[in-house]
Amino acid sequence: MTTADILTPPAGTRAIHRINPVAKLAATAVIGIALVLSIDWVSASVALTCEAVLFFFAGLGPRQFVRRTLPVAVAALFAAATILLYGRASGTSHWRFLLVNVTDGSIELSVATLLRVLAIGLPAVVLFVTVDPTDLADGLAQVVRLPSRFVLGALGGLRLVGLFAEDWKSLELARRARGIADRGRLRRFAGQAFALLVLSIRRGSKLATAMEARGFGSSIPRSWARESRFGWREGMLVALAFLIALAAVGTSVLTGHWNFLAGA
Amino acid sequence: MSSPPLTPATPLAVDARGWGWRHAGREDWAVRALDLRIEPGERVLLLGASGAGKSTLLQALAGVLGGDEEGESMGELLIGGSAATHARGRVGLVLQDPDSQVVLARVGDDVAFGCENMGVPREEIWLRVEQSLRAVGLPLPLRHPTSGLSGGQKQRLALAGVIAMRPGLLLLDEPTANLDPEGVIEVRDAVARVLDASGSTLVVVEHRVDVWWPLVDRVIVLSPGGGVLADGTPEHVLRREGAALAASGVWVPGHLPQPPKRSRRPGEQLLHTDALAIGRGPVLQTGLDLVVRAGECLAITGPNGAGKTTLGLTLGGLLPAIDGRVAADGLAGGLGTDPLRWKSRELVTRIGSVFQDPEHQFVSGTVAGELAVGARATGLSVAETARRIDPLLERLRLGHLTAANPFTLSGGEKRRLSVATVLVTRPPLLVLDEPSFGQDARTWAELVAFLAELLDEGSSVVAVTHDAHLVDALADTELRMSRAGHLLESRVPR
Repeated sequence: MTTADILTPPAGTRAIHRINPVAKLAATAVIGIALVLSIDWVSASVALTCEAVLFFFAGLGPRQFVRRTLPVAVAALFAAATILLYGRASGTSHWRFLLVNVTDGSIELSVATLLRVLAIGLPAVVLFVTVDPTDLADGLAQVVRLPSRFVLGALGGLRLVGLFAEDWKSLELARRARGIADRGRLRRFAGQAFALLVLSIRRGSKLATAMEARGFGSSIPRSWARESRFGWREGMLVALAFLIALAAVGTSVLTGHWNFLAGA
Repeated sequence: MSSPPLTPATPLAVDARGWGWRHAGREDWAVRALDLRIEPGERVLLLGASGAGKSTLLQALAGVLGGDEEGESMGELLIGGSAATHARGRVGLVLQDPDSQVVLARVGDDVAFGCENMGVPREEIWLRVEQSLRAVGLPLPLRHPTSGLSGGQKQRLALAGVIAMRPGLLLLDEPTANLDPEGVIEVRDAVARVLDASGSTLVVVEHRVDVWWPLVDRVIVLSPGGGVLADGTPEHVLRREGAALAASGVWVPGHLPQPPKRSRRPGEQLLHTDALAIGRGPVLQTGLDLVVRAGECLAITGPNGAGKTTLGLTLGGLLPAIDGRVAADGLAGGLGTDPLRWKSRELVTRIGSVFQDPEHQFVSGTVAGELAVGARATGLSVAETARRIDPLLERLRLGHLTAANPFTLSGGEKRRLSVATVLVTRPPLLVLDEPSFGQDARTWAELVAFLAELLDEGSSVVAVTHDAHLVDALADTELRMSRAGHLLESRVPR
């Protein structure tokens, strides 16, 4: 995925594309916070099951879904494998080798971790591939009412990130052209990183002048070309997130699997 | 939806009364005791040698010069009768660098940005966006991404964003300096259309007088010592002051610098390519068969995006060929013929590459240190290094700057320094990307004379350039590239 894809994701017609990014952010936060409070397999599976139903309405094709969420799946597997091998031992031990100790307890913890990373990660990815940074900035400024100077400054800066990769490549070639690319790899890297920082600051200050010249940061109250609304769709998404969180925690508590903050 | 033509703005007058500005920490005033009146609706070309304070005046008019901590002012600067510091929104400014003026990711949003800052109501904003995009000849969909636009398109986008605010005074600070010739005309014509519709006052700063000549009705020349050197109709000012202006570095029609004499004695072949294909990612050109000889200059020209820079880097042993090969038989001196396989310190004594953006190449804190980098990498003695550096410093007018930080130099000085740095290790082949960029007429003439001398001494130059004057003055062969991958190679007629 290139920076251009991130800055201007394809506009879609499905319901998910029209929902305010602020609502997506809130929904992800609600589910995420509920699920980090406990590590048990029940709450995570309930949440994941509910989410799986909702993914059908997310406006992503199966191929796209797999491609975008693959990193989350890989991360979940790695986390689960680590816990399986090194997690807190309890119950029957199945296999021991040096520090590795696979026990009933570590198996259960590992499954719980796998489900949990998926239950928190998948909805976050699914909701955020459809978020346009410009719309998010509009939402943060108009709905959440964060200061517009801060939000729009960050948005303007985000556009410069794409130029970093190009600058870095040029700096590398330039060092070879100057005769200093044979030795001192580490020192050269540090020097190059510093040069990139200098270039970025210069670009940033030029952009700031251009923004200022167009009246940014003046005392006039700002108007918004794009209205960011928080209507019933948004309310519904956040309500759904609360329901999922409630169902997950409720089931877990009722079945006695709930262990608040990793069963401390 | 048929959008109405551009709505006229109320043109504003400019009054400078003994105005001046001194940047914080500097001893000299950038502008001093300036008295000037520009009538509403006038179109002014602002000229002056580099350092005469043109950009400072423009930024002050735009209200972006900063407050007391940025510097100190004298006298008064008024726009439409009120202080220029409150001019934001009434004044529109377009700057030189196309890349750092795009604010948002989509065309429509970017044009709307200024209107939003001025508190224009939503329906009105989108009406103005449509009008402005049409006026600058950029009728793209509003959701079109800004990242893929060409330099000329980005400058027109910046212009659209500015005129959507309906400024009574339009300020342009070398708006076409970074563009290819095609882009220059696009932007100039867009400005002409916009002014005809809006009637705004115009002040443009530009070295290349011929571009803006047809558009302006007054020329003001600032004096480096402070105040105004000449003021009047273009014909009047150029007839009376043309020679003096040219001598101070302005590109004046009829007073262009004379190309140096060359004793063309083509020497042995240094480098050639066989069916070379170039690109970084996508393939830009294929089937390039080029020959570079000692004592000859090959100019690579064509629009942005045709692969000129990529070709330069590939010939310079910095990027791999996608297909075919680069063979530097005449330079290898015991090494393999593929320059890409040479070590970095072996490369600098054989091929000297100067990048488009000099800042990418600076690795030292001082000009003197910068010049010594290549010498140190190749193990030259201190005495020998000094013997090579001193004449270069003098020749390229950098002698007074040895202790300065390279990043603080002017654009033209940076360019000359980056050329000087590669010359210290005396490579027989120079690959220069836009060597004349940012030079005024005087330093241009000096640089070209210097390169001509190097060529006559048997060096070889590959120059990637938009500069037709440079091609005329130096090139023995011109390779004209196009975006479609077509090539036209021609001997430059004499």
